[in-house]
Amino acid sequence: MRSIKEAVLTGTHFIDGDVACAEGAIAAGCRFAAGYPITPSTEVVERLAARFPMVGGMFVQMEDELASSIAIIGAAWGGVKAMTVSSGPGISLMQEHIGLAVMTETPTVWVNVQRGGPSTGLPTLPAQADMMQAKWGSHGDYPALALCPNSPQEAFDLTIRAFNFAERFRTPVMVLLDEAVGHMLEKVVIPDAEAIDVDVRRYTDKPPALYKPYECTEGSLVPDLAPVGQGYYFHVTGLTHDERGYPIMTADTQADLMDRLMRKIDQDAVADIRESEVEGCEVLVVSYGITSRVAERAIRDARRQGIRVGHLRLVTVWPFPERIVRDRATQGSVKRVVVPELNLGQMVREVERAVVGERPVRLVGHAGGAVHDPNVIFEAIMEEAS
Amino acid sequence: MSSRDTQALQAIPVNSPMEKWLRMDRMPHIWCPGCGIGTAVNCFVRAIEKSGIPRDKLAVVSGIGCTGRVAGYIKLDSFHTTHGRAIPFAIGLKLANPELHVVVFSGDGDLIAIGGNHFIHAARRNVDITVICVNNFTYGMTGGQVAPTSPKFSVATTTPYGNLESPFNLAHLADSSGASYVARYTTFHVRPLVNTMKEALTKNGFSFVEVLSPCPTLFARRNRLGDGLDIMRLFKEKSIRRDGLSTDAAVMDLENGPIVVGKFKDRPREAFLDVYNDAMTKALGKDRFKPYGPVTMRDPDGGPVGDNGR
Repeated sequence: MRSIKEAVLTGTHFIDGDVACAEGAIAAGCRFAAGYPITPSTEVVERLAARFPMVGGMFVQMEDELASSIAIIGAAWGGVKAMTVSSGPGISLMQEHIGLAVMTETPTVWVNVQRGGPSTGLPTLPAQADMMQAKWGSHGDYPALALCPNSPQEAFDLTIRAFNFAERFRTPVMVLLDEAVGHMLEKVVIPDAEAIDVDVRRYTDKPPALYKPYECTEGSLVPDLAPVGQGYYFHVTGLTHDERGYPIMTADTQADLMDRLMRKIDQDAVADIRESEVEGCEVLVVSYGITSRVAERAIRDARRQGIRVGHLRLVTVWPFPERIVRDRATQGSVKRVVVPELNLGQMVREVERAVVGERPVRLVGHAGGAVHDPNVIFEAIMEEAS
Repeated sequence: MSSRDTQALQAIPVNSPMEKWLRMDRMPHIWCPGCGIGTAVNCFVRAIEKSGIPRDKLAVVSGIGCTGRVAGYIKLDSFHTTHGRAIPFAIGLKLANPELHVVVFSGDGDLIAIGGNHFIHAARRNVDITVICVNNFTYGMTGGQVAPTSPKFSVATTTPYGNLESPFNLAHLADSSGASYVARYTTFHVRPLVNTMKEALTKNGFSFVEVLSPCPTLFARRNRLGDGLDIMRLFKEKSIRRDGLSTDAAVMDLENGPIVVGKFKDRPREAFLDVYNDAMTKALGKDRFKPYGPVTMRDPDGGPVGDNGR
């Protein structure tokens, strides 16, 4: 399926990551958004509020994040692609509904333009403070799917991909920008609508009498949706449920449901890792988001000093691509792994978990409020190489 | 069970007219003997039948709690959401699919305590949804804790020495927040309830129906009000009907009376989508804005997805 020509602003633009994210959503077919103002994400919904009425969409500013985050779930069941947008504290408030979207298998996109925390923290300044919130924020076990752009162009591209993943896996998908990417003005090329692949919502072929809301067809772990208002009389609940969608609160039903939910998003199917001079490197830098661009400078400087530095940039951060990270980090040449991130140690734990003690892993943390000084990352690389 | 009870049960016709509206594979339900939620559901189903609204175009959204289980028993497209958030879910559903009649069916704790903010804003926003609140003055599902509807000095598990707070007048709250339609009845008032639910279903804008309901197990027992039948008697004896009465005067005193019931408000007020379409047409012009109407995203021919057919 191709994107809608009239809605896509094909051309070359000079826009920030927030606006690019909004345009990506429109290009992906999103036609409903609900949100509540919060810095540094507000520009996304401001753009949608201006653009949606011209493309058949609607933005509603709700009374709080709780309302925003469930209004989009209602809208998705109503038949449209929907998203909400927020930042750290607002995402904290939305967590219960991320769980509801997981449990009810509702395709939705959640944009988090990260800022410094905890609490009100640093509203106008960057951080990568919510990487673990994106995985573990809602209660219970669940599969998280999150993408991390490092430029306005990627904010556009990955928002489209987030919508496609949401439809493909019937799951909430988070786009993890940060204040720096969100407010950074750069060139963004929006392609022709025909060049943008858009996943269509998959509805059941079965008549109502044969339809079960959470029954998967052979070989699939993702059940087909039924359209609302067409006589299916389906039931949806956040309670543990069986294939009929009825609440069955037993350990067996829970085990069956959780097993499928945890398996339906395969890390290799959604993995996107950008590699630079990884083969034969002695120091491997693993980074993501805005920090990957700062790390690029440090890596370039280290390479000029004759150090063989490889760079793994995680675009899909959840599910964590542990098989690939393990494979690259434990190749014979690698002596050390360096993980710079704009927090005090979140994804570094995942890297350590993937490497299982086979290589030393060094965190180059930063409490947030600014991006790293590239020299700090450079010095860490040089120390680890010596 | 005595043989008399068994005989009485057997005397109930197997094919009750209610059955086609219920998920019979979910019976028996969880509600206690003497509870009023079943009566409210019964009235609701009759109201649907009277309203002429096509069954397929009705959706029910519930929050969490005893009344929250309505969505699980009623055979319509039905959504059992999170605690307190049925209203914003319903707003998203309605705005995405305006041809649906969206009904929120939930309890007082769910809608007014944890969901209170959504309730007042939905009335203010006046999106065309119907909210039916079964008010049993307590939290039933969790075992009888105090609610923002519990009468002052009433006993609950979390107010063992009496509730020190004054309850909300829900009708007044809805009215002063801007609801288009506001009514209150008790589960004793079956016929008026059916009529008022029917009116609420077909009213364009935010409509609110409060249904006072007995909770014999947790509220009545602790407060020495007897069983379900005693509460029904109390509803019968203490209630007075005052249609059109100003909602601030629509008082409710369970102990001494009166319990004022009736249709308090039915006012013409443009619903959210109508305002939206008018305002956007003015702001953007007819060539740039297409009114937001009853269409769905689903396109059987595999046509463009995402533009809602607009």
